[in-house]
Parts: sequence; structure tokens; C-alpha cells
Amino acid sequence: MLALLVVTVIAAVRSEDLFAAAVLFGIYSFLTAVLFMDLDAVDVAFTEASVGAGVSTVLLLSTLRLTGRFQRKSRRSPVLPLLVVAMTGAALVYGMLDVPRFGDPLAPAHTHVAPRYVQEGMNETGVPNMVTGILASYRGYDTLGETIVVFTAALAVMMLLGTRVRGGSSRGREAIGDLLVLRVVGKVLISFILLFALYVQFHGDYGAGGGFQAGVIFATGFIVYDLVFGEADGRRVMPHVQAERLIALGILFYIGVGVVGMLLGSNFLDYSPLAHDPVHGQHLGILLVEFGIGVAVFGAVMSIFNAFSGLRLPTDNGQADA
Amino acid sequence: MHNYLLSVFLMMGSLYVVIAHGNLVKKVIGLGMFSTAVFIFYIAMGKIAGGSAPIVEEGVTVYSNPVPHVLMLTAIVVGVASTAVGLSLAIRIKAAYGTVEEDEITAQDNRAEEQMEADS
Repeated sequence: MLALLVVTVIAAVRSEDLFAAAVLFGIYSFLTAVLFMDLDAVDVAFTEASVGAGVSTVLLLSTLRLTGRFQRKSRRSPVLPLLVVAMTGAALVYGMLDVPRFGDPLAPAHTHVAPRYVQEGMNETGVPNMVTGILASYRGYDTLGETIVVFTAALAVMMLLGTRVRGGSSRGREAIGDLLVLRVVGKVLISFILLFALYVQFHGDYGAGGGFQAGVIFATGFIVYDLVFGEADGRRVMPHVQAERLIALGILFYIGVGVVGMLLGSNFLDYSPLAHDPVHGQHLGILLVEFGIGVAVFGAVMSIFNAFSGLRLPTDNGQADA
Repeated sequence: MHNYLLSVFLMMGSLYVVIAHGNLVKKVIGLGMFSTAVFIFYIAMGKIAGGSAPIVEEGVTVYSNPVPHVLMLTAIVVGVASTAVGLSLAIRIKAAYGTVEEDEITAQDNRAEEQMEADS
């Protein structure tokens, strides 16, 4: 496992072919996800597999289509970077000597706030998955900030790459090919992907999963449709403007849940007054907030994908269209 | 312990990609790998020997620390969002300069500067 990760990184460092490097990055993400499973971090593994391995690779490949597949051989000598890397690495390993033993239950990281979350989480939020409980309730502010960061990033991408259709045929990518197999398999797969996303969204309080993962998986379903059936059909199913609106709607929904708690006489993002007893209120609040996150992340991933795909560089129009 | 050493090795490997390679897309890949290596470090910190995944279940008494999991979960999503911003910057640079190689971009900048000095 660990050796495989090392091999992947070395291969990615040495590869001159950026396409190979991008695919190796996807493999690296998947291997990390497996490692996270082994370290009990099921939710993180889930996120890494869907976001790191899935979305990043798609974005990297669409960028490479525009910027070229091969990198030029560097003329600079690799000695100085190697020296810097070796020194930083040595310093980190030296610092690591003081880190508590791996798996030590008495390490400082496990004795501060974590015991409270682990012991009281179930009774206070009514949610068996502690990660979801902490994410949406105890640390609701952080997660709100995080969602806004994703919103800002999507906004930045749209500003950099543009969202409007420029001059008819220059935009609008064709379908991969008119392959019957792709169309049939795609159609069958998409229904399962969307169903799975809904399960992940609304079952995130009991099992692994939640809004972030569900939003990405839901978007993946639409991206598959877009790739198999072409951008024109994809746009008909999911107009780009709608995806952009969904990001803002998701975040407003999240904030709205917090404000409702405030109006009912509690603090911002305290869900206790949402139902007749606090635990139910917390549970309901977590579900609603996760829904807001899911909608916002779905919109963000769709908008970023839309901005990347179907983009043509003005300089090499002829080659790109050929 | 070997998990910590692994994450340091992965961090250094990707740091090398970021500083030694001139291609901007390759640099973005390096940054992505670097952040994933940091995630491994955090998640390894959260592991408790003999613990189980932090989902309440009957008969389980020891759970791994869920706090690093929450932090890294959101960090992954933010990471991919910033990767997207980096890549779109690379696309804009390609559109403006016709290349994503650092050396060529610097050379073009220097040439443009000399031109401006010669004109004035």
C-alpha cells in the first residue's frame, strides 16, 4: 500500500507526459482513499475518492486539452531544488521525532475536545455519524465558511474563463462519439449515480457521507451525461445559469437555517429550537444544513466543469476545431 | 510512525515537482499531491490503536478521533476548488502567452520590457 503510493509519486515526478501525470494523480488519490479507510476515516476516504480522484482528474484533463500534453525538458539543474527538498525533509523528520507514537490514545490531539464529541455527540445531536455531527452542528460556522470558499472559487473560475456563449460554433463541445455502447451504458449508469448520490445525501447522518460527497457525486452524474451526449444536450438537461444559481441558493439555505434558529430565540446555527425537543432539532438542523451544502457543492462543481469544458483558446481555434 | 514518514516523503516529492518543474500545470499537480500528503499526516494523527470508524455502533467502545476527519473532509473540497482556480489561471496564461512554461513566459516578459524601454 504505502510502497505503491511512493512508486506513484516517483513516477509522477519523472513523467514528462502530463497526461500520464494527471492519471497518476488520480491513482494517487485513490490509493490515499484506501489508506484513509485503513485509518478509520471513512468519510474522508469517500470524499477523497469522489473529489480528489474524480473531479480533479476531469479538470486536469480538460486543462491539458488546452495547454498541451507534453512539458518541455527543464534546462535548469535539479541540484538546488533537490537540496532545498532534502533540507526541508530532514527538518520535518527531525520535528517528527517529538510527535506522539502512532495510535497513542493519550496523544494531545485526542484529549482536548474530541472526547466530548465522541461521548456526547450521539446524545446531543441524535446523529450516529460523529463526523457529520461535528461538521454540521458543533463546527457549523467553519463549514459555512468552507462552503463560501467553494462558492468564491467557483466564482473566480467563472470570472477567469467566462460563462457566456461566445459566437455560436466556437463553444459547444461535441459528444465523445456516436457509440451505442456508451449511450446505453451511460444512461443506465447515470440513474444509479444519481440514486446513490441521494442515498449519500440523506443517509449521511447514519453512515459515511454527507452534503459534500453527495453534491460531487450528483454532479458526476450530470457530467457523464454531458460527456456522452454532448454539451448541447447537457445544457438542455441542466442549463448553466441554473447551476450558477444553485450555488447561491445552497448557501442561502444554509444561512437561512441558522437565521431561523436565531428567530426562534437561540444562537445563529444552533438548531435546538427547530423541533419540539433539542435533540430532534439538532438532527433536523443537520439534515437541512447538509442539504444546503449538497446543493451548493453540486452547483459549484457543475459551474466549474461547464467553464472548463467546451472552452476554446482564441489562438489555436483552427487546431482545436479540426 | 511509518505513516508519518510516508507523508513527509510524499510532501517532499511533490514539493520537488512544484519548485523544479517549469510547467504550470505540472506545478498544480504537485500542489494537489502536496495537500493530499498533508491529509495523510492529519488522518494518521487521528488514528487510535484498536479504534473503530467514528460512527456509533453497539459493542464498540473505542473510536478514532473524528476531529481531524472533519477538518480534512472540508479541506479536500476546498483543495479541489483552489485547484480549479489554479488551472483556469494556467488556461488564461496560455491564452495570453501561448505557453505554460515558466522560462518562456519570463523571456517574453523581458522582451516586452526591453521593447518598451527602446520605444521610450
